[in-house]
Amino acid sequence: MKRRGIAVYAATIILIYFAWYALSLLLGSNILPDPFKVFVRGFEEIATGAFWVHVEASILRLFAGLFFAFILAVPAGLILGSNEKLDRLFAPLIYLGYPIPKVVLMPVIFVLFGLGDTGKIVLLTMIVFFQLLITTRDSARKIDREITYSLKSLGGTRMDFFLHVVWPVSLPGIFTSLRIGVGTAVAVLFLVESIATSEGLGFYIIDAWGRAEYATMFVGIIALSIIGIVMYEIFELLERKFCKWKNL
Amino acid sequence: MATSGRFLSVEGLSKTFQSENQTKAVLEGIDLELAFRDCLAVVGPSGCGKTTLLLAIAGLLTPTLGTVRFKGNPLAAPERRIALVLQHYGLFPWKTVAANITLGARLQRIDVSEKRLASVKKELDIEGLDHLYPAQLSGGQRQRVALARALLLNPLLLLLDEPFAAIDTVTRERLQNNLLAVFAQRRFSFIIVTHNIEEAVFLGQRIVVLDNGTHGIKTVMENPGMGSVHYRNDPVFFERTRQLRGILEGLE
Repeated sequence: MKRRGIAVYAATIILIYFAWYALSLLLGSNILPDPFKVFVRGFEEIATGAFWVHVEASILRLFAGLFFAFILAVPAGLILGSNEKLDRLFAPLIYLGYPIPKVVLMPVIFVLFGLGDTGKIVLLTMIVFFQLLITTRDSARKIDREITYSLKSLGGTRMDFFLHVVWPVSLPGIFTSLRIGVGTAVAVLFLVESIATSEGLGFYIIDAWGRAEYATMFVGIIALSIIGIVMYEIFELLERKFCKWKNL
Repeated sequence: MATSGRFLSVEGLSKTFQSENQTKAVLEGIDLELAFRDCLAVVGPSGCGKTTLLLAIAGLLTPTLGTVRFKGNPLAAPERRIALVLQHYGLFPWKTVAANITLGARLQRIDVSEKRLASVKKELDIEGLDHLYPAQLSGGQRQRVALARALLLNPLLLLLDEPFAAIDTVTRERLQNNLLAVFAQRRFSFIIVTHNIEEAVFLGQRIVVLDNGTHGIKTVMENPGMGSVHYRNDPVFFERTRQLRGILEGLE
């Protein structure tokens, strides 16, 4: 992260801290505790092993969901984007499949794949998959004819076309989609972890809420947000490293 | 070396593009021959099929009728010894200059020595640009990188599609001189498609004028005497330029 980025983050944290503090004074309710109390509770929680079990469970589910969505959606998107016939064939399916809120299929997924990690990861994968598929396909469609001619005249095969043209052209779009996907995935993660489970930050938040331990609840909310931010920054970092040409 | 006249031949070439509800003829009955070490300029009004002809010769477009023969063999796909330089340079924006230049050699699994690579870069004055991306280069530099990539493959035939169209006049003339110098030192033929009258007269031993009405060849103008950078100031150059302008004005 650049120095300016760090400064922006630091300024935002300070701003949120004071806004939060002011709001907690204004409300005078336990539901929004003094941020200082939350930080103290946060340090207490970090010192316990139990807290890290929840963090680890959430990170693994999130990572697995994004990973499976990536390995399924990216190759499919690249193929559809560069093959007009296949694209036409699958377009209605994607057109109908994308707007369906997959999250409502949660009960079905849980019955089919179980209440354990598999069901949760399947739902996360499904939701990120469509977003990533559409972005990758649309990026792969934007290939200039001149570039195609250029590669062919240099002796490039169909495989070279994917490797040297379709993949690099689509990469910035894929990273953007992954960054947006992190936001969606964290939201869905909270939902799937709040039901029938005893591990994960979603459970941790709901459990603390049920016990009216609001400071603990906020520790969970902050931890989940940090995971989202770190993943977002990782994808941004990777984009800057692998798509230097895009920002010239 | 191919025998004169058999190096490249275009026989009765026609190309029709078909869209959903209309058929558009772009080229009709084109016959053309090119000997080894010949240089040919193709000119004509916009939409007369200049680029289509070049792409067919590059093996990138299948003719509707007719054949393109390279060294006697019909051409059905891009041929290793035919190199193409496109109007917008055809460089890959996501690859560095070094990766762009060596891409053709890499795809064709040709080993290029560091010495040869350095000599091509020197010849085209693009040393020290290796780590830059095409977006960081000037138009002239991009064009020279594209030319270096083509020359690294040791082509027998170089096809140039309006290569200097987007470049300022001074740089354009420098690049034209560059091309002539490279042509004098190496053994290849080239075909240049251009809409620039002076460029056609400066670089073409023969100038093929395409007709956008009949989609065929209007005339072939012989242009002996070209080949030197001083030709630009020769009265013959001005006379041929005037003559070519007259032909083209009759077509527009």
